[in-house]
Formats: sequence, C-alpha cells, structure tokens
Amino acid sequence: MTLKEIAEILDATIISDSDDLNVQIVNACSADMMSAVLYYHTPNSLLITGLTQPHVIRTAEIAGIKTIVFVLNKKPDALTIELARQKKIPLLSTPCCMYTASGRLFSAGLPGCLTK
Amino acid sequence: MALNITGNIDGIFQLIGGNFSTAGEASTQLKHKLAEIGVDEEIIRRATIATFEAEMNVIIYAAAGWLHYYITPESIKIRIEDMGPGIENIELAMQEGYSTAPEWVREMGWGAGMGLPNMKKNSDTFTVDSVVGEGTTVEMVINFP
Amino acid sequence: MKVKDLVDQLSLDVRSFNDGLGNDITGAYVSDLLSDVMGNSKKGNVWITLQTHLNIVAVASMKDLSAIIIVGGRQAQEETIKKAEQEKVTILTTALPSFEASGKIYQILK
Repeated sequence: MTLKEIAEILDATIISDSDDLNVQIVNACSADMMSAVLYYHTPNSLLITGLTQPHVIRTAEIAGIKTIVFVLNKKPDALTIELARQKKIPLLSTPCCMYTASGRLFSAGLPGCLTK
Repeated sequence: MALNITGNIDGIFQLIGGNFSTAGEASTQLKHKLAEIGVDEEIIRRATIATFEAEMNVIIYAAAGWLHYYITPESIKIRIEDMGPGIENIELAMQEGYSTAPEWVREMGWGAGMGLPNMKKNSDTFTVDSVVGEGTTVEMVINFP
Repeated sequence: MKVKDLVDQLSLDVRSFNDGLGNDITGAYVSDLLSDVMGNSKKGNVWITLQTHLNIVAVASMKDLSAIIIVGGRQAQEETIKKAEQEKVTILTTALPSFEASGKIYQILK
C-alpha cells in the first residue's frame, strides 16, 4: 500500500512533505509504547501512534519505520517535524482514533507486523 | 561479511538523565557508524534497538551515564554505565511487563517493562550489574556473522 | 454484541472476572496511554492495550469499560489480575498485536 493510499483511507493530512508519496508500506503497527514498536515491528512498516515527541521519530528511525500517522488530529511541534525531515520519515495526521485508523487500514488489506 | 574496518573502533557518548528531546541520538549515531563500515542490516537493527533501550533507561532513571562502544571485525560490544538508583531485583526487572517507571514516563510511551528483555533478546551476550544507590552497568555483545 | 461474542470469535483468553462476559459492547478504544483512555473512551467500550500495569484496572472501572484486551501476547501481572477480580473488571488476552486485534474487532463490530 502506498503512503498516498493510506492518507486517503484515513482522511489524513500530510504534515511533512519531504517524501515520495508512492513509498510502499508493507505492514502496520499501532502503539503508544515505544518498546513495543522496537519489539513487534518489521522494516518498512507504518506506525500509528498518539505520541508526537521527538523520541517517537528516533524510535521510528531505529526500528526502520517508514511513515508515522498521528491519531486524533495530533500535530507535533516544529522541532519534531524538522527531525522527521532530516530522518526522511514522512508524517501524517488523521482525525481518526487509533481504533478506527487500524480498523480502516486492516480492512483495506494492510497486514499487521508479526511477532518474531 | 567483509567489513570496511582496520583495527578496532571505539567511542563514547555522554547521556544526560531526563533529556528526552535528544534521547536516542547516541544510538542513532552508532547506527550510522555501523552502516558506514558495512555491517549487515539485521545486525545493525539488533545493535541499535538494544542500545536505544539501554540509552532510554539512563534518560528515564539516572542522573547521567556513559555509553561506550567497541567495534572489532568480529563483534560490537556496548557498555552503558549510569549514575542511577540501581535495580533492586534484577530477576524481577528481567520479567516482561515488570516496570518501576512512574506514570509520567508511561504517558511518554516508555516503562512498558520491555526494556531489559528487549536488550537481552537482541544481543548475543547480555550482562547487567547493579548496585542500589550507585548505578547500573549493562554490557551487550552482538557478534557479526 | 456481548464481550463473550468477541471472546468466541477471536479465541481470547479470559484472565479475570468471568461474569463480565455478559457485558454489552458499545465500541472499542485503542491506546496505551491512561490519560488518553480516561479522556476519550466511552462507557461500554472494550479497551485494547499493551499495558499490563495495575492502573489499567482503575481506568476501566472508572470509565465503565466492558473489558480490557491485552494484546501482543503480554500477560497481566498477578496484582493486576487480583485487582481486576476485586473491581469486577474483565481482562482478556490475545497473541495478536494491537493493529491486527483492532482491525479484526473493527470488522466484527461494524
């Protein structure tokens, strides 16, 4: 699934515009606990989260997350956006809650990250 | 795996407790260093995840700490020493889900009780030594294939 | 839709307060942040989370949630289960990660 398709399914706005909208996302992980992202993720994933601090971007980079979607219309501060630009991780913001965002994407065929 | 490395490489980062805005910077720099010398992607992933968890523990619990790394053609060793409260019961701390993190740390997305288990899971050898009231030292080795 | 229906359809493990299986489900909420759940979950929601800490019980009880589903194969701590029995909160567990558990429940409740 491409980033562009994900944005459409979630009625999301793209916060950081640095990247190719056709980047391929292979699976998704919904979490607020960063250790869970490090534990359950597989590379080229989408992270759906309610946290917007800089350490979320760093966690994503270390975990190989390709894109982050913030739920409930949350927007990170300018510093976090700048960090995401540097790390080339596109950021999206959706009005959906984590449940609806996960539900819509799962129903559209995006698989979850499997526990290894 | 042919590494672009002659001799050994080592380095050190200082970590400041409570500094969430730069948390993860040391692990990220280590990640780039490993990529530069051509370490396999999966090994880099394991090493940086283990390092990041250890780095976060210092940020969350300790006043300050140091992250040392030693890269040889065979492996990477990471040693994190902190001036923190120490771990009272290491066996309990190693259990998945056990955490002594305060509520505000949980609200930042840490303190799920997965830190030490995650470090152990991603390293080939893992040791933790702790003295209550003095600090904790974690040592991890990840072998190159 | 009752909690029991979800348990049956997703083969969830029941860890506390069996009597809660008869609770009606009004929807679901997914979050690992207690303040978020306190603020945004609705009465009768099932709460999908990775958190296993004791405090989840108080949140579920205060917000009248129909059940807590702990995902990712994580196990609630003993004290959490004990507290849940006291507070009449049903805790369920599944090996499914959060995204998949939410996705499947979304399809069932839709």
